[in-house]
Amino acid sequence: MPVQRLPGTRLGGTDGPGVDEEQEARRGVLLTTLGRAVAWARKNSMWPATFGLACCAIEMMATGAADYDLSRWGMEIFRASPRQADLMIVAGRVSQKMGPVLRRIYDQMPEPKWVISMGVCASTGGMFNNYGLIQGVDTIVPVDIYVPGCPPRPEMLMYGILRLHAKVQREARIK
Amino acid sequence: MDTPALAQRLAQRFPEVLEARGEVTITVEADELAQALLHLRDEPDLSFRFLSDVTCTDWPGLDPRYWLAYHLLSTEHRQRVRVKVGLPPEPDPPRVASAVPLFPTANWLEREVFDFYGVVFEGHPDLRRIEMPEDWVGHPLRKDHPLAGVNTQYKGAFIPPPDRRGL
Repeated sequence: MPVQRLPGTRLGGTDGPGVDEEQEARRGVLLTTLGRAVAWARKNSMWPATFGLACCAIEMMATGAADYDLSRWGMEIFRASPRQADLMIVAGRVSQKMGPVLRRIYDQMPEPKWVISMGVCASTGGMFNNYGLIQGVDTIVPVDIYVPGCPPRPEMLMYGILRLHAKVQREARIK
Repeated sequence: MDTPALAQRLAQRFPEVLEARGEVTITVEADELAQALLHLRDEPDLSFRFLSDVTCTDWPGLDPRYWLAYHLLSTEHRQRVRVKVGLPPEPDPPRVASAVPLFPTANWLEREVFDFYGVVFEGHPDLRRIEMPEDWVGHPLRKDHPLAGVNTQYKGAFIPPPDRRGL
């Protein structure tokens, strides 16, 4: 049986041989910290909230559909209820009136939660530099990952999601 | 009744009637607006019974500064007519009688004009903002409102645009 390692996992102690890593692995034992294991579970089973606002939502749907297949990272089911979601992908422009709604959805999501700002409109207002749109969704909710593009291709959104996965795993190490 | 005949018919009642490119426009004074709309709605040979739109334009530095336009449709006679009202720059906000008692559709249309231009329709049953958030400050389609680089207003906070946020 080949040796399995969780990301960021170091088997055994730092000084001396201690545990024979190869032998432990053959017995099917994996050593890690609880925080790292929890983060590993979180990042591999994210539940995005359905929050498509404009044309970026079309690309987000394409990312979840068969061609690009978000289920490769265990997150193909977009939840209709923020209570069941831990990731909000703000896909599109946010109008001034949508701002309080967006904040309410964010507040309804249980901790821990993350936000991806998808596309230039959600990130900065984009081409809509006027009274109608919120100039950057980070004025309302904390954003973890900004994905540029107008709209971003599914590959770009997937790259942003993978960066977020790395961030979730890294947060466990910091704690 | 074709369009020139309609213009001739309206000229019997209204002093300022303009027919251009197949469209008829009447210009009335602000205090005559309700009477004019009532006449257009209830005269049997006119019967403009549907108010399809209320719009506004802003001409800063001119008097009248604001031009309201009421777009009426007669489904019986298959005709349309436009009624224009000029409002002076003073007082601010400008005031005009509401058309809601005559046309129920004026409710939301006048709320939109109020929202974007700040025109107060006296006698309107529910004059609130309709497109912008209710705590928004300003009337964004007035010409003296900045076209771009406006602050994001969110629950009393004013957040400058990204290029002035020092990011």
